[in-house]
Amino acid sequence: MRLRALAALLLLAQLLSGCSTPWGRASASRNVTLYVFAAASLTDAFQQIGRGFEEQHPGVRIVFNFAGSQRLEQQIEQGAGADVFASADERQMRAAVRSGRVKPGTPRVFARNRLVVIYPRSNPGRLRGLRDLARPGAKLDLAAREVPAGSYALEFLSRATRQYGTGYRTKVLGNVVSYEDDVEAVVRKVELGEADAGIVYESDVRQGDRQRLRVIEIPADLNVLARYPIATLEGSAHPGLAREFVEFVLSPDGQKALRQHGFLTAAQQQKRTREGR
Amino acid sequence: MTERAIARPRVRESAYAPGLPRKRGAAVLMLASAPMVLFLLLPLVALVLRVSPAHMLENLASPQVAQALGLSITTTAAATVLTVLAGLPTAFLLARHEFPGRGLVSTLLDLPLVLPPAVAGIALLITFGRAGIVGQHLSQAGIQLTFTPVAVVLAQVFVASPFFVKSAVSGLLAVDREVEQSASVDGASPLQVARMITLPLCWPTLLGGAVMTWARALGEFGATIIFAGNMPGRTQTMPLAIYIGFEMNLNVALTLAAILLGASFVVLLLVKGVLQLRIRDLDSRLA
Repeated sequence: MRLRALAALLLLAQLLSGCSTPWGRASASRNVTLYVFAAASLTDAFQQIGRGFEEQHPGVRIVFNFAGSQRLEQQIEQGAGADVFASADERQMRAAVRSGRVKPGTPRVFARNRLVVIYPRSNPGRLRGLRDLARPGAKLDLAAREVPAGSYALEFLSRATRQYGTGYRTKVLGNVVSYEDDVEAVVRKVELGEADAGIVYESDVRQGDRQRLRVIEIPADLNVLARYPIATLEGSAHPGLAREFVEFVLSPDGQKALRQHGFLTAAQQQKRTREGR
Repeated sequence: MTERAIARPRVRESAYAPGLPRKRGAAVLMLASAPMVLFLLLPLVALVLRVSPAHMLENLASPQVAQALGLSITTTAAATVLTVLAGLPTAFLLARHEFPGRGLVSTLLDLPLVLPPAVAGIALLITFGRAGIVGQHLSQAGIQLTFTPVAVVLAQVFVASPFFVKSAVSGLLAVDREVEQSASVDGASPLQVARMITLPLCWPTLLGGAVMTWARALGEFGATIIFAGNMPGRTQTMPLAIYIGFEMNLNVALTLAAILLGASFVVLLLVKGVLQLRIRDLDSRLA
């Protein structure tokens, strides 16, 4: 009896210790899989970039994990097997640096984005301008403040208060009906007409969405420029390939794909800021 | 008929592995069960160990925790009551009558159990949302369900009601039809039979089903965040607060998780205790 118990314990111990080997990662085989954790707003652009990278690197497969940057950062901090992290804000990248998964000084800004207000084409809230967001009864959908898009939106509202008068921010926040877990969920709910308006990135409004969505531009002096940093992760099974992917994102090909999907690149951003100021 | 035979007695028969001496059999099975039991237990223990009572009390007072707790209690209570009221007739229908499409209805009840809750959320959104097939008419009448506590309750009923209905059906099937029929022969109306005979005989199963529905509703996340959204104090139930809180404030998430765990455990334990007493009581009366 004792012996059996011991054997069972040993088996259990073996099972538990076995859990620390990274199962499911194709590191030994010739076909290499690179895991890229990227902000939800990058979904379309990065899928295109991923296809381009795969074409240049036969045998390499890119697997993306798209979610709110804050959630990705949590997963990375908890030891998720990822090779590259592309965040929608610098706060989450700093958190990844603090956790030791990103080497200090390595993150590089690869894209920028601006905020816009979107509303359904049917315009159930009868919005005409940014002021209308503060009108009682308007139903506004935002990303949660933990999400980069959400914290940028709050920053915009604070700036707008200076222009539209005290109480603007409070009134607008009083109209919020939901705080979504990532910015894509805001786009979907406005697109479905559930909310009267939402605050999202300019790049979130895709060509296909233009039929269902309308956009109110936010003037440059009130707008917030989202900066997207990218970095390879410590503990990556393919550090060389991970660096190559980062370089590819920063290369003319990668930057072109980002531009096509509504992002601002470094050069564009400087020009626009000068215009705005 | 065959369903009835399966539904009732077998459970109480010995479940030991044949051929082994009783004591040894139990010891072997205990050992073999250890990995499963430990696997289920360890994460829960880890969770409880991480939350210090002082932190917990402190977090309990925070508005986010209190709001989520209150909202979870009220919405799950409403969802359970709604399910029992709307589910009992369905259970009676399925347990007492053959009709065309019976298999279809029965399968429909299984569907939410296997469906990912996100699917339920999207389905509810395009049905009861502002542009949905039902929702657009509601919207013309000035009613919007999405982003309201009502949407939370609807999401909970959608994913959790099958637990009650299925349990109620098996409870009803286990009631001896002859007792019902003799009451009926003695002149009792169908409603009287249900109230005086059937329900008193099978209430433990009904209660068990209602509790399972409540527990499932309490844990509901995916359908809620899609259909009802996430608004503290309005639609942010405990699972949503845990999910969102996990990113910003681990302590809040841990406190809520521990409360959810404790509450579920106590309620399940209590109900199991009550049910066992009741069954023993019934058995001794029958003996």
